Amino acid sequence: MIEYIISKYNYWIYIVLMMIGFYAMISKRNLMKKLIGMTIFQTAIILFYISIGVKRDATIPIVPEHSHEAIKALEYVNPLPHVLMLTAIVVMVSTSGVALALLIMIYKRYKTIEEDEILKLRQEAGA
Amino acid sequence: MISRYESIIITTLCKLLIPVIQLYGLYVIMHGHSSPGGGFQGGVILGASFILLVISHGLDEVKKRMSEKLNTIFCSFGLLIYAGLGVLALIFGGNYLDYGHLPIPVTIAEARYLGILGIEIGVGITVMAVMISIFLDISSVGEQE
Amino acid sequence: MSHSPILIIIIPLISSFFVPLIGWRKKNLCYPLVVLALFISSILSLYIMGSVITHGSIYYRLGGWEPPWGIEYRIDYLNGFMAVIVSFISFLVAIYSRRSGEQELPDRIVHFYCIFLLLVTGLLGMVVTGDMFNLYVFLEIASLAAYALIAIGEDGALMGSFNYLIMGTIGACFYLLGVGYLYIVTGSLNMNDLSQILPGLYHSRVVRTAFALFIVGLALKMGLFPLHTWLPDAYTHAPSAVSALLASVMSKVSVYIMIRIMFTVFNPYFSIELIPITTMLSWTAGIAILFGEIMAIVQPDLKRMLAYSSVAQIGYIVLGIGLANTMGLTGSLLHVLNHALTKGCLFLGAGAITYRRGTRDIRQLGYLHVEMPFTMAAFTIAALSMIGIPPTCGFFSKYYLILGAIDARQWIWVIILLLSSLLNAIFFFRVIENAYFKPLGVIHESSYDRGEQEEANEVPLGMLIPILALAAAIILTGIFSGKIISTIIQFAIPEGI
Repeated sequence: MIEYIISKYNYWIYIVLMMIGFYAMISKRNLMKKLIGMTIFQTAIILFYISIGVKRDATIPIVPEHSHEAIKALEYVNPLPHVLMLTAIVVMVSTSGVALALLIMIYKRYKTIEEDEILKLRQEAGA
Repeated sequence: MISRYESIIITTLCKLLIPVIQLYGLYVIMHGHSSPGGGFQGGVILGASFILLVISHGLDEVKKRMSEKLNTIFCSFGLLIYAGLGVLALIFGGNYLDYGHLPIPVTIAEARYLGILGIEIGVGITVMAVMISIFLDISSVGEQE
Repeated sequence: MSHSPILIIIIPLISSFFVPLIGWRKKNLCYPLVVLALFISSILSLYIMGSVITHGSIYYRLGGWEPPWGIEYRIDYLNGFMAVIVSFISFLVAIYSRRSGEQELPDRIVHFYCIFLLLVTGLLGMVVTGDMFNLYVFLEIASLAAYALIAIGEDGALMGSFNYLIMGTIGACFYLLGVGYLYIVTGSLNMNDLSQILPGLYHSRVVRTAFALFIVGLALKMGLFPLHTWLPDAYTHAPSAVSALLASVMSKVSVYIMIRIMFTVFNPYFSIELIPITTMLSWTAGIAILFGEIMAIVQPDLKRMLAYSSVAQIGYIVLGIGLANTMGLTGSLLHVLNHALTKGCLFLGAGAITYRRGTRDIRQLGYLHVEMPFTMAAFTIAALSMIGIPPTCGFFSKYYLILGAIDARQWIWVIILLLSSLLNAIFFFRVIENAYFKPLGVIHESSYDRGEQEEANEVPLGMLIPILALAAAIILTGIFSGKIISTIIQFAIPEGI
């Protein structure tokens, strides 16, 4: 049982990180903390993808110059998850950018970024 | 509104460091295919150099150098390089983004290498513009349009 | 013209880069550029559909690389059908958006057009691509553009957009996790390749987890009950052109992705017998239909009522998927077409009412049949289609859904579908009664006193033409629905059902 956990420790780590982020998104009432939770959630997924490509005793996937022999795939880490995660990091940054811009406009409008105070202000305005 | 930092050590050091950071950002963009790096990473470093200028010298200095209009032009320009290289490949007979068909007089493998370098430059310019734009919007609390 | 699969995406994309550059010089040139780009996209999508009907599926290799090493765009009947719907409705909404944009967001029109074109790029890219990760990239492009567009709207739009951002990002991240799990066990990201490798792996728990993650992530994106809570706020407070585009097209593309994953990447055998996801989906859809209809009846705000009605209509489409026989999927795909046209017409009509009246309260819609006769006529035709009265398209899609339920020998869905038609009638007739039969009475006094009530004060032609075009399309697709089914939808249904 213990060796089952230890041999797949990368999956356990990413799940723990993801659940921390998810808990922050659900239970915190400050909108900025929800945003930080979302960033932790997405970072956990990026960590998961990178950990897929790792091989034992393998080095970074960059071919040394002037080597004209065939490449042995076992010596190099799988580069495809790294490339996919470059795109995912860009998506994460863009989402954070849009969310921060929204938070600034919410702050200018409601003078607070606590969710329950905003809901109370909206209910008073609507009623 | 971020104003100029009061300490002379900070301002002098940043004045010396920022060109070096930008040079390093360009190095990362150019060597993206054979060492860790590439368009996005180099663009973020270039953007970080401008953010360091904002923090140390104040918002007005940067607005003199990188106005909102220039920012938007950089943003669109970088992406036009990317999409434009793809359309160039389309015009000269290949599929979209097939750099082998670009009209430069080198072998096909070299043409692919140069094509990827071209789009990395485009991506770097756009990422720099977007990073600066996000930071300027947040630091001026939305007053800058 | 063999490059049409990629041209349909690049033309809006490059136009969206040109719009800020042109907008600094002359603001008035942006609108013709947007309309021209979307017009070319629509014509190309018709060309692609014609090419698929006559020559079979189109394969396009990006960068010249062979699949599964490269990204491949693969267009068959289902793809082409969705591409035609997406591009035409975007074109009509773009024509509409100039006048409504002038009133609702006058100083941000350049940014609005730029992000609008990016949204259409993302939607078209999602429809056309044949690679799982490329679909995630386009999904995020469309979603980010949607968050930004919703936030430009009126007062409650900021919180609605923030809610949509948080929930939509969770959905997209679940999709990304599913792609990652599939990549671990198969090593491929190409949809066609996956459909050949996966049948040997159906017993493994990784594949089943990936499937569950896909279904939940896509259900978040399309607004299926109980993951729909972002939908009413986002659709109500957004600008009217944006609500029309999101309600009619964006949710349909998520449904298309779900059909693709359930029946093309994974076999129908997996989705129907191995994991009874279709049973779960049909029960969830049934509850969604009843919930959406009942909540729509109690809303005083016109757009909020239409938003809850959208929740119910997504339930119809997913019910058709859940029945998983030929009739059910035919009804589902025909309802995709019908709901796109109808909700587009309804939301554009609601925007027109807001443009002239300034209010969205249903109780204050009196005398509208004199002031805006054409808009109310189009609204009524769309409402009849939503209720399901022949010869509009809505009757035929409900007919096929009921036939599918009878084919599957599950009578509860027949009862729910008939009951929901009745509930639809209740809240749509409330609007029609207020507009046609109630005099402009005690609540709203300004235009009655102005003495203009005898003449028609219609919305400008730029807003009127898309509404009338959509209403005409509803009736035409209803009359020709048999031909549409026999030429396109019959072949668009995935094999093995």
